[in-house]
Amino acid sequence: MSALDKERSGDNQPAGVALAGDYWRPEGGPDPLSEKGRIGIGAPLSRVDGAEKVTGSARFAGEFTFEGMVYAALVYSAIANGRILNIDRREAEAMGGVVLVMTHENAPRLNTPPVFLRSPNGAAGDDHPIMQTDRVHWNGQPVALVLAETQEQADAAAESIRVDYAAEPAMTDFELAKTHARRPDNVLGGPAEITVGDADAAFEAAAHQIDATYTTPRHNHNAIEPHALTLVWTTGDGDESGREGETLRIHDASQCVDLAVASLAEVFGIETSQIHITSPFVGGGFGGKALWQHQILAAAAAKLADRPVRLALSREGVYRVVGGRACTEQRVALGADEQGRLQALIHSGIAAMTQHNNLPEPFFQATKCLYAADHIRLSIDVADMQMLANTFMRAPGESVGSFALESALDELADQLGMDPLELRRRNEPERDPTSGLAFSSRHLLEAARSGAERFGWSERSATPASRHEGEWQIGLGCATATYPYIRMPGAAARITLTPDGATVGIAAHEMGMGTATVQTQVAAARLGLPVEKIAFHYGDSHLAGSVLAGGSQQTAAIGGAVIAAQRALVAELLALVGQDSPLSGLSPDEIECRNEGLGAIGNGSRFETYAQILARAGQSELSVQADAAGSEELANWSMHSFGTIFCEAGVNSVTGEVRIRRLLGSFDCGRILNTKTATSQFRGGMIMGLGLALMEETLFDPRSGRVMNPSLADYHVPVQMDVPEIEVMWTDIPDPHTPMGAHGIGEIGITGVGAAVANAVYNASGKRIRDLPITLDKLL
Amino acid sequence: MQWTINGQVREAEVDFRTSLLDLLREQFQLSGTKKGCNQGACGACTVLVDGERINACLALAVQYQGRTITTVEGLAENGTLHPVQAAFIEHDGFQCGYCTPGQLCSAVGMIGELERDHPSAVTADLAANGIEWNRDELRERMSGNLCRCGAYNGIADAIAAGLAKELGEELGEELDEELGEEIAR
Repeated sequence: MSALDKERSGDNQPAGVALAGDYWRPEGGPDPLSEKGRIGIGAPLSRVDGAEKVTGSARFAGEFTFEGMVYAALVYSAIANGRILNIDRREAEAMGGVVLVMTHENAPRLNTPPVFLRSPNGAAGDDHPIMQTDRVHWNGQPVALVLAETQEQADAAAESIRVDYAAEPAMTDFELAKTHARRPDNVLGGPAEITVGDADAAFEAAAHQIDATYTTPRHNHNAIEPHALTLVWTTGDGDESGREGETLRIHDASQCVDLAVASLAEVFGIETSQIHITSPFVGGGFGGKALWQHQILAAAAAKLADRPVRLALSREGVYRVVGGRACTEQRVALGADEQGRLQALIHSGIAAMTQHNNLPEPFFQATKCLYAADHIRLSIDVADMQMLANTFMRAPGESVGSFALESALDELADQLGMDPLELRRRNEPERDPTSGLAFSSRHLLEAARSGAERFGWSERSATPASRHEGEWQIGLGCATATYPYIRMPGAAARITLTPDGATVGIAAHEMGMGTATVQTQVAAARLGLPVEKIAFHYGDSHLAGSVLAGGSQQTAAIGGAVIAAQRALVAELLALVGQDSPLSGLSPDEIECRNEGLGAIGNGSRFETYAQILARAGQSELSVQADAAGSEELANWSMHSFGTIFCEAGVNSVTGEVRIRRLLGSFDCGRILNTKTATSQFRGGMIMGLGLALMEETLFDPRSGRVMNPSLADYHVPVQMDVPEIEVMWTDIPDPHTPMGAHGIGEIGITGVGAAVANAVYNASGKRIRDLPITLDKLL
Repeated sequence: MQWTINGQVREAEVDFRTSLLDLLREQFQLSGTKKGCNQGACGACTVLVDGERINACLALAVQYQGRTITTVEGLAENGTLHPVQAAFIEHDGFQCGYCTPGQLCSAVGMIGELERDHPSAVTADLAANGIEWNRDELRERMSGNLCRCGAYNGIADAIAAGLAKELGEELGEELDEELGEEIAR
């Protein structure tokens, strides 16, 4: 018997699921599915796409084929700024199998794509024209594209292309760019400076002070699936609506199919109805799989050649074309009284950016909500550089910001001679310290307490470098993790009910987070159907709504849309039942979904199955679509996930090598929907946090502006042997103001880990490393 | 040119530059074998050649003519998943699934290395007759297969459980015992 079956056979389960009320309003009750003991919620269901993934039958974007398809290869600029004088393509064009060479001289006219966070349709990483002029804007910009009958032919031809440039001076040195830093007009749509009281004066007056600078390098997502797409333009047949004209069909690896359609429509000057993107399997995203030049260039080349195109970026190509996380230099200044209460909290600094994108790496995000300081000043400045636009990467802001903040807290605890957890406990705020809003759900102290107990935190020696095992120095460290809850507008869901079950369709994404599995569970629970009778459809721009796989928002966004669709479905079903039905005369709010049908709340006999209702009405199916309610909850409460990370590190006193011996995350993220996939999500984030702490760094040459380690051989990510058995645990306390009482958990795992490791390294060795990654040279 | 792939003799005429990986993916539409870096750094393209694991991206198709190649598509027998495949599902040994075929082939290839007593970097006694099989041996031997989603714990659990089933009393029990202890802990 599976765990799920066991849960299902339990006697004390609530019988059915009533329609959710206005969970987003203070007076609205919680979603019934957030109640403890709901059938299927939390069950460790194995992934619904597991069999496809272990047999190799799951087809990714670069594995589809079209009749007559040709392969693309890109040529990347070797300068960071200047003009292309000449592109010698003669040799390439004469090579076997070559179909065409596309450069700015012959590329179709394209509109500049709308930029993410700047335009409602924006999915693009930057607003540079795409192969339209002779200008070069960053080192690595695509300057030519070759199409050939095979990948080998395309690659060889691309290598033969010679480009002459007129290079111009470029701002490629962060140290220099910092001297011209500017205050951006916004950070993620909010202010770039936040002040409460007079933090500078309070800091000067404080009995205990920590004032330190922390630096974090560039990072790349490095999803194991390199970006790839297969596409075709068709003309004449028209789309499903019978409309004449061109259509662009794309198999892409995307975390925003709908937004990508909107952006591509602007680029090519066509209607969104003329573009169809599907992306059923995505081999990792982490923020990197939105819209970059390669998709647009592939579509442009396909148009030029009048052939279907496959473009699969090489690993190097991903580094040249797809932005990563920007480097930061952060100051954290803490002023505290003798009891460790924070009087001043200053978190300011500079992040690298370009003038062509809109993501100042928002490193102060975590600091906004974590500690009850009397006086707070947070600010972000940007240093404009001529480089590939930086972008979102797992927990943008919190991942690197929490390294600085949580390291500084550890430094303050050390100065005070206080346990770092106790220092944090003393600064636990009643309300959000910067917005003043009440927290919707904050049980950080409980997570910290239970995590500490499980980890054996009390064994930590307060004196650094006091525990040894042979040549290894052993230390313990902790740090707070946090990530916001958000639910973006635009989500909608379609539920199609048949006598055999229900299909839920929504333009959301599965990149390994477990979306398809968890949402199947949730839909089954909500509709009172077994999971086998739910088909969850996603990753297709033709489906309902627009749900970005970002900001850890999908779980809530999809949940909210399905809540709305359930209400619409119940209303439609009640309209069908007629007077002979036991459900006759009931209103939607008197109804619950149970046992594969609808029943009156509190009345077991007034019940009909979905199949009976449909049969009585003579319908083979019923399909409804509804938009999720607006995310008012975000205006009513301060909404965040929390956690505490505990780390045991060993530092080799001879070699400086750091090994992570134990790692534990204790989280407070609302109701956990699937313990199996949630465990993997938390661990995955924490492992990327280990990478951030110990090894990850995109090496950027300040002279040339070129990424110098564009490969998985030179950009180190954690491997199996670097990762200990990671323990994760959670409070499982539902947030009363979110769908299912849940929070998204894709990003919080990476937060806090950098500092937990750095603090453990300090406790082990007595060496405080404020510059990531903590490589062995810094410990010798 | 001719290869035996997943038990079938396959023929194709290919460019001498074609890698074994591209042969599988582009000529034979066996796209289960993945291209992650195309330079031998990530292990996503791992396949078995005469039972030994190799990176198919670093192998030329011409070089492997006449050899017997097993890909992820060939691990299941008569529709029944290999124990390691089944264990990957049960122990959540993947998230996005892109590195998974390489992890699986690598794990199956590792069995042979253990049976042949090939030592690894963590083998304590290189001169000993037989390798003391433990979790670190497994983790070390699987460290050529990157997983960016970070499913490493699940992968190790899955392989331990899968091998225990596959190998029965030999290597399996030691491992399963250790796994059991870890789970209990």
